Order: sequence, then structure tokens, then C-alpha cells
Amino acid sequence: MHISTNPWVWIAAFLTLAIYSFLYKDNPFYKFAEHLFMGLAIGYGAVILWYTSIIPRLWDPLAHGTSPMRFFLFIPIFIGLLTLGIFSKKFTWVIKYPLAIYIGASAGLSVPVTLEAYIFKQVEGTILTRAMVNNWFLGISNAIMFVGVLTTLVYFFFSKEHEGFLGKSARIGIIFIMVAFGASFGYTVMARISLLIGRMQFLLHDWLGIIK
Amino acid sequence: MNFWKRLIRIDRRWIFLLVWIAVTIPLLKPIGLPVNVTPPAKNLYNFVDKQKPADKAVLLIFDFDPSTMPELLPMGVAIMRHCFAKKIPIILYGGLYAPGAGMVEMALREVKSDFPDIKYGRDYVFLGYVPGISLVILSIGESIKGTFRNDYYGNSLDTLPLISKVDNYDGIGVAIDLSGSSLPQLWASYAYQRYGCRIGVGTTAVSAAQYYPWLQTGQFVGMLGGLKGAAEYEKLINMNKIPTGRMAATIGMDAQSIVHLLIVVFIILGNIGYFVIRKAERKG
Amino acid sequence: MRRTFPLALAFAFGFALIIQYFIPHPLSQKFYRIMVQQWLIIISIFFYIFAWRSFGIYHINKVKRKKEGWWASIVAIFGVFLMAGAGFLSNRGFFFDQMYNYVFAPLQATMFSLLAFFIASAAFRAFRARNLEASLLLITATIVMIGRVPIGAYIWKGMPKLVEWILMYPNMAAQRGILIGVGLGMIATSLKIILGIERSYLGGD
Repeated sequence: MHISTNPWVWIAAFLTLAIYSFLYKDNPFYKFAEHLFMGLAIGYGAVILWYTSIIPRLWDPLAHGTSPMRFFLFIPIFIGLLTLGIFSKKFTWVIKYPLAIYIGASAGLSVPVTLEAYIFKQVEGTILTRAMVNNWFLGISNAIMFVGVLTTLVYFFFSKEHEGFLGKSARIGIIFIMVAFGASFGYTVMARISLLIGRMQFLLHDWLGIIK
Repeated sequence: MNFWKRLIRIDRRWIFLLVWIAVTIPLLKPIGLPVNVTPPAKNLYNFVDKQKPADKAVLLIFDFDPSTMPELLPMGVAIMRHCFAKKIPIILYGGLYAPGAGMVEMALREVKSDFPDIKYGRDYVFLGYVPGISLVILSIGESIKGTFRNDYYGNSLDTLPLISKVDNYDGIGVAIDLSGSSLPQLWASYAYQRYGCRIGVGTTAVSAAQYYPWLQTGQFVGMLGGLKGAAEYEKLINMNKIPTGRMAATIGMDAQSIVHLLIVVFIILGNIGYFVIRKAERKG
Repeated sequence: MRRTFPLALAFAFGFALIIQYFIPHPLSQKFYRIMVQQWLIIISIFFYIFAWRSFGIYHINKVKRKKEGWWASIVAIFGVFLMAGAGFLSNRGFFFDQMYNYVFAPLQATMFSLLAFFIASAAFRAFRARNLEASLLLITATIVMIGRVPIGAYIWKGMPKLVEWILMYPNMAAQRGILIGVGLGMIATSLKIILGIERSYLGGD
């Protein structure tokens, strides 16, 4: 056993145990740790934003740059400063301008690539090619995949009543969806447990030094 | 019947205690179950491995914060070790979230000492955080210098030889996104569809199942899913005699196995209790 | 002015960036570069103001009105100044790094690791095979949970291959169906925003 002598490790261990105390009962130690985290997150974000975004993208070009074109940066800066309107009851409406530009532009940028990535490529991957059926095992598996994609899409088609052939297809679609949700659920359990394993490794290795 | 009723209503703190015991004992007394490597992990490893040092760089994106650190940090560490050992230039990017930068520093601290001849600026570069998410992905495609101006430490990118060689996706062989959210889909949509940059994924287990369509179409070249995925990559670099460090993910797999068995037992017991009680209530 | 002009801006920028994708002319590329590398990123820097304002208003009000647990809000505000002070005063030096590595990271990692206990409790109390669909979900989950970890291969050598097949074919099929639906929804929402049909992001008047 090699208990750590680093005071920072002890601080981390104390805070870890303070959070875990919630499992017994909600208590002031947990509340302290939880709210401290909230504040630290905001402070950390502000520092990183300042040094890696504001200084190199705004301050340095304007204060130390030489190109006359750099003064065009004042246009997006002015638009961004309109967000300060949120602090005034009378001028809150000015925040709509930067929001509209940003959200409209982001929507425009996303349409062509979403069509390609989410629709064309996925449909392309569903179409059965010779390579996908060149032996019986692959053939059956990919046929299952093909049926699964179609029936899942049918299940989510709510413009028509799920009766007759459509209803039967939707029922098959549910089976595929349940398999997918089951797989996701199994994986989710794995993810949550992994997070606990990580913290236990910190306590047992970094703090108490009782595992390698 | 009373037994089942009492069992179903047991104070959940006993369940918490059982979970804690199931995690702790395998860590204290490892079983040593072998880790099998899945095809998506092997594909990612091979894709990174085939990058030639003099050719293109690997862009490793730490798109996560400490909440998913136990799953994703070991992946980042293993991939960095792989690149450093093979002398593949690597651009470390603190990601589309601000806390990712701290994760890069944690990984570097763990790895650097095993590779003393690695030189900053030539073999690797650390880029900081810029807000904008999809805009940053697109902006990198035009120019890394134009996007970041300086590295994380404040050095002008003009002074770094690696960035002089690699200024956009044309100089990047594969961009590997380590993320616990849906950001890999954004990288595939914007970087791959628009610029043709190949994308690899390291994801938390929560998201792994939903990325199989992207793997099948080739939009992702490979994938590491969860702590198991990290353990698989550790095994692959170990098999190729690359210094592995502590192998935190592999150490955790025994505990993962035991707790999964425990959860399955919980599900079975809970359902037996449910059906026994339901049957008794229907009879009476 | 307050409603129409922002909608017109959203339309103008959105439409311009859609058609820009198909125009290789140098002017089109220059417009794209200016938008993506400068304007939009600089505007997004200022959006942090919304998050900081929300945080500040909530906690300052809680302290002012001495609501239950107001002392915790003082801790939160103290945390902001502690981390920001550590970063700005030391120029992201040693103390800032230590605060991140030994305070911020352990706190966040531990908070999320609590979920492991709750999912185990939920597995015992709530996951019931009430019908065919739920049974299918639970059976698949069990197979994936066991097969994905080393003990699965220890119990049966074929377990990892079975899990890989489930993930690669039936799971992938349904995920793809959902993905196509999500993609269509994203495109529809984006077009609705550009055309001014979807206006919720602008809030009220």
C-alpha cells in the first residue's frame, strides 16, 4: 500500500467521496461538491475562450495586425456585441440579429452535407450489391439488413394507418427496433459501469496505491 | 411469495453496495480474462498504422470532458502511443468543447515520458479551443492557421514546422474523433462529405451501437466502442511491442465482466420476482 | 424590424450558403471562407454571454432572496472566481492545471459515475419483460452485455461473433432507418428555419 502524499490527490479523493456520499443520502458535502463543480466549469470555459479564441482571433489581429482588411472584423464583432441586448429589457429584441444570422447560416451549411451523409450514403449502403450476397451467410445477413431498414422506415411512416401489408411491415420493423434498442441498452450499461471503474481505479491506484 | 415481495422492495443502497463490491474485488484481485479484438477496432488500428510518417498527419480530436474520461482518455493515450512509436505526425486538437483541452494535457503527461525523442512542433502540435462546432470543422478544411492562429500554448502556428506542412484536410490521413456525443457524425458530415477527410471514431459505449451504419458505408474507417474498445487498442499496440504504459482500460475489463454478470443476475431476479408476484396476485 | 428583418437575414445567409456549395467560382469560395472562418465563429464567441448570464442570474437571485440552499450558490459563484482567477492570474499556469486535474475533472467524472449505481438499481426494479417487445429488448441487451466483455468469450467462444453479427446486421438496419428519418427531419427543420416557417429560435416579440 503506497498512500499518496500529494495534497492535490487527497483533495481529489475527498471530493470524489463527497459526491459518492449522495448514494447514502443527500447531504451538504454533496451539495458543496456539486455547486463547486458548476462554478469551476464556467470559470474554466471563460479562461480557455479568452486565451485560445478571443486573444488570437480578435485582439492580436486588431492590435498587432498590419493589414487594413483587418478592420472588417468590426462587422462580425458589432453583430456579436448585439447579444449584450439581453441585459436590457428595452433592447432585448436586438439579440435576434446575431441569432438569425448564425442559425440561418448554420442551417444553410448543413443542408447539402446532411443530404449526402444521412440520406444518399445510407441508401447507397442499403442497396444490395453482388459483393454483399456473394456467399449464403452474407446473402442472408444482408437480406435481413435490407428488410430491417425498409420495415423500420415503414414503422415511422405515420401518414397512413398501420393496417394490412403496411401494418405487418411495421410490426416487423418494431422487432428490428427492439433489437437495436436492446443493443443500445446493453452498451449503455457498459458505459455507466466503465465510468465507475475509472473512479475506483483513481481511488485504489492514485490515492491508496493498493493496485498496480 | 413474501420473500420475493421483500426482495423486490429491498433498499437500493444494498444494490449500490453489491455493485461497489463487484467493481472493487476484480481490481484488487485481477482475473486476467483475455480481451478479444473486434473488426471495427482492428480496422481503425490498421488505418492509423498504414499512415506513412513523411506523408500525412493524424488529427486526434479530444471531443470530450471529464464525464467520459474513463472510457475515452485511454483511447487517446493508446492512439498517441501508436503514432509516437511509428513517428506518425499527430495534431492534437482540444476539441469542439472547451474542457477537451485539459484532457489533451492529461494524455500528454501520461505518454510523453515514454517517448523522449518526440519534439513539439515537428512531431506533434496541440491546438486549442475555438467555438462554433460545425463551423470549426469546415474552417479546418480551408486552413488550420486561419482557424486557430496560435496553438494552445500561444505560439504562432507559422513557427511550427508541422503546421507549415499540414494546413488543412489534404495533409491529414485520418481524423479520429474521441467523443461521447453525436459529434463524430458532424465530422463525417462536414469533414468527410465536403473535404474527403477519412474519419475514425472513439466513442463511449452509449453511442457505439448507433454508429454501425456509418461503419458499413465507410464513412467511418473504424471504431473503438467504450472501455472495451480502449482495451482492444491497448492490446493491439502491446502486440506490436509499442510501450503501453499502465493499460488502464485492460485493467478495468475484469471488473466490467463481473459487474455485467451481476446486472444480468439483477435483471433475472427482478423478472422472476415480478412474474411470481403477478401470478400470486392473479390467483388471489 | 424586430421580426421581419431577422427572418430576412436568416433566409439570406441560409440560402446563400446552400447555393454556395454548388458554385466553385473564386468569389463564392471567398464568401464561404469569410463566413466560416471569421464572421460566424466570431459571432459564436459572444453567445457564451447567454450561458454566463443565466448562471449569474439564477445564483445571484438565490442568494439575494435567501432561498433554500442559498449557501450552495455562494460556493458556485466562488468556484467561478477561483477557476477564472487561477487561469487569468497565472496565465494558465501550474495552479490552473492542478485545479483542472484534481478538482474539476474528479468532480465531473465522479458525478457521472453515480449513474452506474442507478442503472444497476433500475435493472433490478424496473426492467421487466412485460411483453414480446420488452422481452426481445432485454434478451438482446443481455447478449450484448455478456458478449461484449471478456467473460462472454470465456463462457462461449462464439459469443463475440454473435454480438458482432447482431450489431452489424439487425441493429445496424434499425439504426439506419432511424438515421434516415433523423436526416430527413434535420433537412426539413433547416429549410423551415431558412424559409421563416420555424421561428421559435427568435423567441417572443
